[in-house]
Amino acid sequence: MTLDFSTLLPYSGEIMEGLVTTLWLTVVTTFVGIALAIVVAYVRDLESGIMSRLLGGYVEVVRNTPFIVQLFFLFFGLPALGIPISATVAALVAMILNLGAYTAEILRAGIDSTARGQHEASRALGLSRLQSYRHVVLVPAFSRVYPSLISQCIIVMLGSAVVSQISVFDLTYAANFIQSRNFRGFEVYLVVTLIYLLLAVGMRRSFELVGRRLFAFRQGGSA
Amino acid sequence: MALVSVKDLHKSFGDLEVLKGIDLDIEPGEVVAVIGRSGSGKSTFLRCLNQLEQHDWGTIHLADQRLDGSAMSPGELSQNVGMVFQSFNLFPHKTVVENVMLAPVVVKQTPRAEARKIAEEVLDKVGMLEKVDAYPAQLSGGQQQRVAIARALAMDPKVLLCDEVTSALDPELVGEVLLVLESLAAEGMTLILVTHEMKFARDVSHRVVFMHQGRIHESGDPQTLFTQPKTPELSQFIASVL
Repeated sequence: MTLDFSTLLPYSGEIMEGLVTTLWLTVVTTFVGIALAIVVAYVRDLESGIMSRLLGGYVEVVRNTPFIVQLFFLFFGLPALGIPISATVAALVAMILNLGAYTAEILRAGIDSTARGQHEASRALGLSRLQSYRHVVLVPAFSRVYPSLISQCIIVMLGSAVVSQISVFDLTYAANFIQSRNFRGFEVYLVVTLIYLLLAVGMRRSFELVGRRLFAFRQGGSA
Repeated sequence: MALVSVKDLHKSFGDLEVLKGIDLDIEPGEVVAVIGRSGSGKSTFLRCLNQLEQHDWGTIHLADQRLDGSAMSPGELSQNVGMVFQSFNLFPHKTVVENVMLAPVVVKQTPRAEARKIAEEVLDKVGMLEKVDAYPAQLSGGQQQRVAIARALAMDPKVLLCDEVTSALDPELVGEVLLVLESLAAEGMTLILVTHEMKFARDVSHRVVFMHQGRIHESGDPQTLFTQPKTPELSQFIASVL
């Protein structure tokens, strides 16, 4: 077999389109998913009662079922209930719910390791629980679990390949599409694999860059 | 009239009764040192005064206002009673000035520019003005504790509680913190200090309270108390720490 990458050239538009979809799905999921996790972790850790238990249920369901089933449930299940949902919206919601649940658990580990003295100092200064979470607890908690957070976001980006199964035109869908036309499976998947690899490395680098800014306080010493 | 008035304060942790009825009146501008062995209840007593611990029985009044129970919101309480901790408890992700500004801005809703001015004033008072933009991890223990004192002062409290504020410091850093407390005392700040610094208790405080087994065992002016202890427990304690 001879490799012929020139057979991909006519399909560079499809690859670009897939790449853009994967990118924007990932970026939106990262921001919204982390925001969701911040809320879920607060309610689960610091409040009690029905909301806390409901969100606990959500986290457990997401963490104990396959992503592809969650995706199918949204895309095929909701319309059956009379709630119409497009493939793209189903993909986005599934990814956000997925990242939100995992990140909430990661973040809780960081919150739980907050020193008691930090809570006491903020209480003595008159901060409410929510104010204390926002101003005192959150940033150091994130800084402690940041490496796990980066990995989780990358996992979700890579896992987004699954959305091609409900015909969202992402990078994987583009690869399947091209392969079904030119039958150059090796070339197509090699290129797409490399693109995913670059995306993952690029994400890690960007996160680390942001982290250095956000957690500059750590560079002064062992805090 | 007393600024702080504590009546019949009781506190238990499970079966362990830590405070067995504390009565204490503190005048405005008074510096009171609370001494005693560990386990005597002195830290718990201090923590009840700003409700970090909820007591089981008794009352605490500040000026004429009841402070305990839910009589005061945490926000109000923090503007009346400030606290400095043994382990500083500065917020590691905030610079010195941000640490000091946080409560005025968030709790008191002070405009940022004004809060900054207040922060610089109190930081100047503790001699930390040149470190406004440093992070806590870049400071020595003594410097961190001085910032923690400034942070408490920024809320303009009527009383400042100090819970063994020099116990976590290297010996050579104790002096700078005590100096700050001494200058606050000279300015007329009402201070209640749980301390192991007997020399400081003797030289700076107006009154020393000796706690033993959850009660105020003996109290009086420092000279008399240290030189002529009335109870064997206090003379033993003094002998063991001096």
